[in-house]
Amino acid sequence: MATPAAAAPASERRDHGKRVVIAWIVLSVIATPLVVLVLGPQLPPGHATVQAAGQVVDNTVLTAIVTPVVCLLAVFFVYALSQFRHTGGALVDGPPLRNDNRVQVLWIVITSVTVLFLAAFGTYELLQDGSGGGQGPNPIALPSGPKLQIQVIGQQWEFTYRYPSYGGVETPQLVLPANTQIELHVTSLDVIHSFWAYELGVKADANPGVDNIAFVKTKGPLTFHVRCAELCGLWHGYMFNTGRVVPASQFASWVKGQERDFAPVAKYLPRYSTIYLPDPQRRAG
Amino acid sequence: MTVARRLVGFNLLTACVLGVGGWYAGWYGAHAVVGPSLDYFGDIDFNELSLVLAYLGGVLGFLIGLGFLNYPISRMRGYPPSLREKETGGVGRYFGLCTDHKVVGIQYLIGIGFFFFIGGLNAMLIRTELLRPDHQVWPAGTYLTLVGLHGTMMMGMFTSGILGPFGNYLIPILIGARRMAFPRIEALTFWLLMAGGVILETTVFFGGFPTGWTGYQPLGTQANPGMDCYYLFFALVGISMTLLGINMIATIVTMRAPGLTWSRLPIFVWGVLSTSALMVLAAPVLIATLLMALLDRTAQTNFFIPSQGGSPYLYENLFWFFGHPEVYVLALPGFAIVLEILPVFARKPLWGYRLAVAGLLGVSLLSFFVWQHHLFVSGINADLRPFYMFSTELISIPTGFTFICGMMTLWRGRIRYSVPMLFCLSWFFNFLIGGLTGVFLSDTPSDTTTHGSFFTMAHFHYTIMGGLVFAFFAGIYYWVPKMTGFQLNERLGKIHFWTMFILFNSTFFPLFIAGFLGQPRRVVTYAHNLQFINDWVSVSAFLLGGSMLVFLYNFVKSLVFDRVPAPADPWGSKSIEWQLPSPVPVHNFDRIPVFSGDPYGYGEGTGPFPIPAGAPAGMN
Repeated sequence: MATPAAAAPASERRDHGKRVVIAWIVLSVIATPLVVLVLGPQLPPGHATVQAAGQVVDNTVLTAIVTPVVCLLAVFFVYALSQFRHTGGALVDGPPLRNDNRVQVLWIVITSVTVLFLAAFGTYELLQDGSGGGQGPNPIALPSGPKLQIQVIGQQWEFTYRYPSYGGVETPQLVLPANTQIELHVTSLDVIHSFWAYELGVKADANPGVDNIAFVKTKGPLTFHVRCAELCGLWHGYMFNTGRVVPASQFASWVKGQERDFAPVAKYLPRYSTIYLPDPQRRAG
Repeated sequence: MTVARRLVGFNLLTACVLGVGGWYAGWYGAHAVVGPSLDYFGDIDFNELSLVLAYLGGVLGFLIGLGFLNYPISRMRGYPPSLREKETGGVGRYFGLCTDHKVVGIQYLIGIGFFFFIGGLNAMLIRTELLRPDHQVWPAGTYLTLVGLHGTMMMGMFTSGILGPFGNYLIPILIGARRMAFPRIEALTFWLLMAGGVILETTVFFGGFPTGWTGYQPLGTQANPGMDCYYLFFALVGISMTLLGINMIATIVTMRAPGLTWSRLPIFVWGVLSTSALMVLAAPVLIATLLMALLDRTAQTNFFIPSQGGSPYLYENLFWFFGHPEVYVLALPGFAIVLEILPVFARKPLWGYRLAVAGLLGVSLLSFFVWQHHLFVSGINADLRPFYMFSTELISIPTGFTFICGMMTLWRGRIRYSVPMLFCLSWFFNFLIGGLTGVFLSDTPSDTTTHGSFFTMAHFHYTIMGGLVFAFFAGIYYWVPKMTGFQLNERLGKIHFWTMFILFNSTFFPLFIAGFLGQPRRVVTYAHNLQFINDWVSVSAFLLGGSMLVFLYNFVKSLVFDRVPAPADPWGSKSIEWQLPSPVPVHNFDRIPVFSGDPYGYGEGTGPFPIPAGAPAGMN
């Protein structure tokens, strides 16, 4: 359907397509490594855990795929909008190009291949270690090896943490041993919250009556931030805290101290369970 | 005398009086039936049932006052069918029930524009709070209500943002008809939306609502009575959307003029058709969901209350089954406007017509299969995440069709940079950023961090404000001369465009960084190290509001004071609406046109459509 080149006026005979493609390839070849090297290390959420580092890899790959797309459109629009600009008052029609099957097929093939690659790569990354996301009561991405179970309980408007392997002790701050595979059981007592430990690369919704499991493998010691990432009512904005990853020996002594402090109130709390159903609720005031 | 008579007829004034009357009738009626309160707080008048019935009574009174019952009653009394409502001329038509699709289109433009500015004002107030990381300008409850009002108003009202004004005004003209298939339903969709908008704003008298535009359960069950306003607003929007969609589909399928085959339809009509299909299939789910939530609050049912056997997951599923098609209800008309306007200013036919149509239909089909990507970390159906990741990423293929068709239409064109064209071109920029950041959100591992953060918020502002609102303004600058008969000031239009484009990006691009650095959505406080970004964004947002004032000034100045008559075809378009006088006469066409091609014959030697043609007058 394309108009033969001979029929076009002289100014139209320049090979616009070839110019755009060459400029695009040159720009992409320069920009993509640059973006990966400069922007890649800045991408969230850092390398504090295995899951977080996996997400950084994932974000870097996505950025690397996105860069040539941005380059293509940038080159195309800069070229087209400057070259094909019409000045002067009279209306002049352009060539009546209605279709070009080669361009269509090429475009569909390229976008489809990109999409298939993205989906396959994302699935591969996801199934390796769950990428820190909440997986519900029956997780599919199970990291191997022994895991330390910790329960995260959301309520309006704070998170508390129970350690079932240490007598169900409940603490207001999350403390994790370093270099350990952790199994987080996230649940809620009232409305939906979302447990977001930014530096750990963990996010899991806390649903009432649901045991939402997420995995994270800690590395070295650090202090991390916990925020609620799902609107949960009046003081949602103040539902944040810090947590710590500490060496295993320090963790052992910390948890022993917690057990001692916790003993007097333990009998007033419900027994450890994967979910807690509070009394039928109405208003919170 | 005539003035007094007009005031007591069926018009907006009567409607408001009867609406308030209906409200109190419902309120006291329900109190009389169920007693003062169903709830724990007998001393505080938290009677949810009364409130809901009051609003329903108010809406009913409002519609009766507008005259929506006149026709059914006169038919029951044996009068013959007629379309009397549109015969009354003058400005009064715009303040009441009118079945002229052109009047309804302009009513929609003004009505939705009004609520758009209110929603934008709410955004300014939100940004005022976020100027400081921990200082509270608004009480926490007020802040959440502002967040909810902004989100709900924009998401609710703008479902009809393009179909309402431009769809209603242009669809009959573009398909060569004299009216919509169901003119009274057309008027009803508009007035339901306006009643809903007022109801949503009155939430401030009942304590506001804390849930944002998603209304998640069980937070919605424990909220103030103001929550009911949210449910009623969205349910009315849902009803309005369903009716609008049915009306559009019926009109486009059955009322096309002779010669207007499916392959000759303007791409805008295809966009409206695919959007309408989404509306008809998705909005009833919303209505049912909100009814269930309302019953939970008023009739002590337990659909969504977990401690009594209900499931918040059920609400999330139902809401997003509506909610994801809904964002394409917002985006698709934007695609269609851009593809409709590009050929006019590139002076070339629309490239790849079939591919463009396939893109619109493909997006609307796929949008029903992606909703659980909103629930990647919720713990629901964890084993389905790879599927939803795949289906979400699939949508970028038909979206890419729109891009390639638009880009190839520009290719080797004779591009003129008028104001509508500038808005269309900026759509590509904004939607590219919105779409590519969507890739990060659709990728489940990457979504773990970006989910529910400002990254998400920036993403959908790029797609919805950058996609829909920019296309909306393109439509305004392009079609308002046709709708009103007066030109908009080109110079002020360009000032508006450039300030809006730059400030929009300056407002929303930094929010990607804020999200990457860990700022969750809808928070009243944030980390101190994010203050610079947030202050930058707030200042940009205020200036963006100023840019909207430039538009408002231009709109009022050009249409009320300058009143420069617009020529019939200021853009040199070959589409049919530009072959009619500006503004379009009441009956659109003296004779029904016969179409001999599509409206994109630039450079092919074909002239614009001949309007007077063979078919007999009075067909419709």
